[in-house]
Amino acid sequence: MEEIIISTLTRAMVAGTPLLLATTGEVICERSGILNLGVEGVMAMGAVTAFIVTMTTGQPWLGVLAAVGAGMAISVIHAFGSVTLQANQVVSGLALTMLGLGLSGMLGKPYVGKPLSIKMEDWSIPYLSDIPYLGRIIFSQSPFFYLAIILAIAAWFFLERTRLGIQIRSTGENPKVAETQGVNVYKIRYLSVIIGGGFSALAGAHLSISYSKSWIEGMTAGRGWIAIALTIFALWNPARAIWAAFLFGGIFVVQYLLQPLGISPNFLSMMPYIATLVILLLISLKDSKKLSPPAMLGEPYQRGER
Amino acid sequence: MIKIKTTDRYNITALRSFMTNILSLVAGLVAISIIFLIAGVNPIFAISEIFTGSFGSFYGLKETITKAIPLILIGTGLTLAFRAKFWNIGAEGQLLMGAIFATWTGLTFGQSLPSYIIVPMMFTAGFTGGALWGIIPAILKIKYSINEVISTLMLNYICAEILTMLIVGPWKGKTRFGFPGTDNLPDQAILGLIPGSRIHYATLILAIICAIVLCVVVYKTRFGYEARVVGENPDAGKYAGIDFLKTSLILMTISGGLAGFAGVGEIAGIHKYLGYPAAISSGYGFTAIIVAWLAKLNPLYAIVSGIFFAGILVGGDAVQISLGLPAATVDIVNGTLLIFLIMGDYFLKHKITIQFSKK
Repeated sequence: MEEIIISTLTRAMVAGTPLLLATTGEVICERSGILNLGVEGVMAMGAVTAFIVTMTTGQPWLGVLAAVGAGMAISVIHAFGSVTLQANQVVSGLALTMLGLGLSGMLGKPYVGKPLSIKMEDWSIPYLSDIPYLGRIIFSQSPFFYLAIILAIAAWFFLERTRLGIQIRSTGENPKVAETQGVNVYKIRYLSVIIGGGFSALAGAHLSISYSKSWIEGMTAGRGWIAIALTIFALWNPARAIWAAFLFGGIFVVQYLLQPLGISPNFLSMMPYIATLVILLLISLKDSKKLSPPAMLGEPYQRGER
Repeated sequence: MIKIKTTDRYNITALRSFMTNILSLVAGLVAISIIFLIAGVNPIFAISEIFTGSFGSFYGLKETITKAIPLILIGTGLTLAFRAKFWNIGAEGQLLMGAIFATWTGLTFGQSLPSYIIVPMMFTAGFTGGALWGIIPAILKIKYSINEVISTLMLNYICAEILTMLIVGPWKGKTRFGFPGTDNLPDQAILGLIPGSRIHYATLILAIICAIVLCVVVYKTRFGYEARVVGENPDAGKYAGIDFLKTSLILMTISGGLAGFAGVGEIAGIHKYLGYPAAISSGYGFTAIIVAWLAKLNPLYAIVSGIFFAGILVGGDAVQISLGLPAATVDIVNGTLLIFLIMGDYFLKHKITIQFSKK
């Protein structure tokens, strides 16, 4: 029993890692007032890029870098559409998801089903990994896990305590006022969308070179969409995103735990999606005011004539 | 010095709107060509293959019309929802729920009833299924302020799993030799085809009627007006006493129900039994989003744009076979075209002048 609990928690951390990365990115993006529904597509791009580069160079970290670069590059499309052209952000984001899923499918076609011989190795933190229970659950994970937590905390600090972070938040709350105080709203929003894209791609890289060590079309399996829901669940706060993501990681893992009990595997695969709805419903029932996003989320901003 | 100046354009004529769409599509095709070129595929060959595969032959044309049926049905429903800024991304699930309801009706009552009774019953059941799956996100949005993009998407995944659960479990057919899927629908429940094609004409006629009726609803009725106000100016809508819950419920009943119709057509016209979700709907719910956008949210135009994107689906299949391109090619084409359509909207709404001044 003890063994089951430890291995479940360990795997919950693994499953929560890409969710945390993508959620942190989306929080930054949405705080600037831009809704990015392209997460799923950018994640797929990140996954395929990381896989191809790791396989051809034998360097997982190079794969990670390339993935982040690709994710940022493709996110420029959404930034251009939603900031410069003031297009509808829902449609622009959906277009990015379609494009990302399509491009990743095309690029990855020759690599489908090929196993990765060199993967991102797990890191056992010296001494800490010897702590009973916690050592295995938290301190013997993949570098992505540590990165996800550090980046989430850093993002929290960045948004709450730094000048640029405050500029991002004021851009999302009231771009007009921000502009009068000398903030370049367009630049801030571009930056936030692109950073968010980098995070989504990082999440994808985790899936393909650490979590499953292979590439299959559609391997993101809706995680990008769940990250967008988790952004709401985390109330646009990267620190809250940490436990939100690992809670969901747990829900992903419990499926496998319950399978031997004879419950339909299809019913179990529904659980993360049902849980997403149930949790949003619970937050809303508890305090619907909390669900208020950044004031100008999704609203295009047109610079006044100067 | 070159100065680029943008000003709002107020008089948007139908011709200008049409030309912008055409130019956007052409620009999108150029971008797709570049992607093909990078992927090592001759773009001129690939794109001409897509269009000759879909519109260039009698066989292709028949397939295009077949695939246009669900796209027109879902696309017209989405024009209504999107007008009210209700982002229904869940047509895929609504289609599947319609298919589930219709299959149950057909298998349960089909044996003992004549065609002219069972077929309308299945369409009613399908509409009901799609509508039920569609009003859940409407309630969640208005009552509990849950973002409909998230809820409709989650319901897509949930519906696909429910369907799979049914066809591997209680509904698994005796004639499937252990493979997942229900038994075939009885003959009375199968829709007639135009000879030599897979066009189930009953659904095609239904789709066109729905588009026309919805066009009247959108432009000529109080409900259509209210739906537009909810989307364009919600504050004014609240002030004017529009019941947001009622409006959202009605429009999602229609939008979901039409997707349900599409599900009935796919089951009773094409497959004849309920199989895996990916086999029943190859992403019609998502492609229909672009159909609605290209139609500039006019239900009547959705007929034309539905046929256009059906052509891309059929042509996409053709290049998969002839050029060995992956199935994802269609997603690239669709995504890129949608991006360029959005960009086109900007040039439609803004006038851009470039001034050369000596300085």
